[in-house]
Parts: sequence; C-alpha cells; structure tokens
Amino acid sequence: MIAPHGGKLVKRIDFDGRTKEEAKDLPKKEISLDKFRDLANIGHGLFSPLEGYMVWKDFDNVLREGRLENDVPWTVPIVLDFSEEELKDIQEGDRIALVYDGRPVGILHAEDIYEYDKVRYAKSVFGTDSMEHPGVQNVFAMEDHLVGGNILLLEDPPTQFPEYRLWPEDTRVLFREKGWKKIVGFQTRNTPHIGHEYVQKAALTVVDGLLINPLIGKKKKGDFRDDVIIKAYEALFEEYYPKGTATMSIIETEMRYAGPREAIFHAIMRKNLGCTHFIVGRDHAGVGKFYGPFDAHKIFREYPDLGIEPIFFRSFYYCDKCRAVVSDKICPHEGSEHQINFSGTAIRQMLVEGKRPPEDMMRPEVADAIISFDNPLVE
Amino acid sequence: MEEEKRKQISIPASLYRSIEGRIKDTGFESVDGYVTYVLREILSEDEEEETLTEEDEEKVKERLRSLGYMD
Repeated sequence: MIAPHGGKLVKRIDFDGRTKEEAKDLPKKEISLDKFRDLANIGHGLFSPLEGYMVWKDFDNVLREGRLENDVPWTVPIVLDFSEEELKDIQEGDRIALVYDGRPVGILHAEDIYEYDKVRYAKSVFGTDSMEHPGVQNVFAMEDHLVGGNILLLEDPPTQFPEYRLWPEDTRVLFREKGWKKIVGFQTRNTPHIGHEYVQKAALTVVDGLLINPLIGKKKKGDFRDDVIIKAYEALFEEYYPKGTATMSIIETEMRYAGPREAIFHAIMRKNLGCTHFIVGRDHAGVGKFYGPFDAHKIFREYPDLGIEPIFFRSFYYCDKCRAVVSDKICPHEGSEHQINFSGTAIRQMLVEGKRPPEDMMRPEVADAIISFDNPLVE
Repeated sequence: MEEEKRKQISIPASLYRSIEGRIKDTGFESVDGYVTYVLREILSEDEEEETLTEEDEEKVKERLRSLGYMD
C-alpha cells in the first residue's frame, strides 16, 4: 500500500463526550459547514501530514514554494481566519472550541496568530488577484487574521451522503481487501459523459482498481449539484462498471478553482486515500480563462517527490472515422472534420431543457438520472 | 530578518559540468533546479507505511460491510 503523504496517516479524533463537555468552557469560534468539513478532513487524515491549520512558517512556504516548511509538497493553504473581535480574548497557547450549529465540534490549539497579505495569497495560489476569480473572491472575503495550530475533531460533520463517505483508513482497508495494489483516483465535480467514461476506463486498463471520487461541497453557480452528480454516477455504475474493479466514494471539501495548484492538492488527497495513480485532465480545477489547458499537467514536473503517479489526458473526443471515443494519442484525425468534441456547455444546456444528449455523448441512463431533477444546477 | 530560504552546497566542478550538459533541452533551467529535483525524488523514497491495529482494522471492515462496500 502506498504510504500516506508525509509518511504517516494523521488521526486527530476524540469522540469521547468528556472532551466535548470540557470544550464548552473554552473561548468559542463559530465555523461554517465547509470549515467543519475541512476540520474533519484534517482529523481523519485526508489532509495528512497536516495535523491542524497552518502556522505562519507553513503558510508562508506554501505560498512561496508550494511546499510545507519541512519541504513536503503542499500547494493550497489550509487555514482558519479570525476577526479582530473574535481574537480579543484569545492569545497564543490558548485552546479554542470550534463551534458548529451551537455545539463544539473541534478544538484548536492556537500555536500561532498572524496577519497575512491577501493579494500575495491570491497571486501565489490562484495566479491572479482578479476579483473575477471565485477563489480570489473567497480569499478577500476572509477575516484579516489566521490562527494556526493542531486540532482535535470531536464529531463528524453532517453529510447528505453517509453511504459514500469513506475516510483514508476505510479506503486503504477496502483496497487491500479487494486485492488492489495499483489504484487510480478520478476527481470530478461533474456528471459523467462518455468522454469521462473513456478516460476512467482507459486508466483502469493498466491498474487494478478505479476510485471515482466526486468532490462534494461549495461550488460556483452553474456547476452541477452534488446530489445530481451522485445520482448520475450511480446510474453509470449500475449499468457500465464492473463491481470488482471500480468503486465510488466522496470527498467533502470545497472547490478552490486553483487550477494547477489544486491539481496537486487533489492528488495528495487521493494519495492519502491509498491511490497510486491520479487522472489529471484538461484544465483540471480551472475556471474561466485563468489557466492554460495543460498548466495542471506541467506543475507535476515540479514535484518528483509527490509519491502518486499522475496520468495525463490531453484531449478526448468522438471520432466518426475511427467510430470510437479517442484521444489525440491514438487517433490521427484530431483537428479534422471527423473530430466531434464533448461540449460540456452544450450537453448541460440539453439536460437543463430536459432533453437527452445523443447516446455517443452521454449514456441514456445517466441523462435520465440528471433530467429527473427539476433543477440540476447550483443556483 | 527574513529566514534564509536557500542554502549552498558544493559538488565537484566536473559533476557540475556533466549536469550542465545533461540538462540541455530538458526543460530544467539550471543545475540548481536539476539537483533539487533529483534529491527530492530520492528522499521521497524514505516514506513509511501506515499501520492499523487489528482491532481498528476490524472496526473499519465492519463499517465497510455496513455500507455495502464489502461482503
């Protein structure tokens, strides 16, 4: 089994009710569901080797080098922001109860309290400080102080999909029990069309198992809703995936839209789940025109020590000469009249209008699952 | 004062020249970049595997069975 990122699977969990009782006497910090989810991701080791929110030295080095202070690859800050008001009774060394829906769900040991430069944060992580970028908007909406330090998770966040929530400990045992040694992870925030299926199955032919791993959490307007993505994949699995070599679980964290840097972050999470390979597609985790189509491929060259093997896919399309879904590597007709692209926008428009896309674009079972929702998109 | 972010090490001049020759047309822009890349690749092989106690592993299997992932 592949080693967790940084060499050790982090587990910072204390579901003992006494600790929760003690936490009621600590200074409190309200957190959102997205922050609660990331708290759990730290506690359960999905973000290994992080044991808490980043202290300044890690935060600074992530922005500067795309690595933690100890040189372990890490590209996206995992931080908790505080307002001046929230910090007025808190000092370094204090413990803080992280509160969701009125109850303590975690404890943060405040090792380091610091201010940060939002423009530098945005430019380093997103490559821009344009307010057109949703990730930049999120950074500028944050409070002005960050508190770093180890955490303890006191309970798991609520989930809409309990049957699909597997933590790294779970997937690692699952893969071993299935006898999978080489596992490819597929990140998605979309419903699957035939092109996605081609990529997944092409990768699966050279490994033992496939983990479809939708990302559940805050997304931008116009993206497919989480429940729609899950239903669509359930329909695909039911009819078109062998149970012995493919499975699905979810990751609950928000999309950052950080393009290449997020591709590395996505790969790290899959490594912690036990994947040995990770599919990186065109414009992975991109948004608008902020990144080049293959920027997320190029960045992997800077991380020979990442420990998980990227599988790159450039373009894939339907070729009416080859009469198959192909990629530019195996089809000589790219750029000719035979190339029929999978237009996500066109497919989405048909689905929103309640129409099935052509069967060589999307499986009818998948289309029907999506159409069964009144409004399949995030509003 | 900001902490130093780069350290110098020394290697034989002949090796340096050999690396300069090797990295031509490879995408590496400097000997520093190449040496950093190679060292990181070597050091990453030292990672350790995780371990679960038998009791913890049994709990995980029970959970996987209850979710329908295992028979």
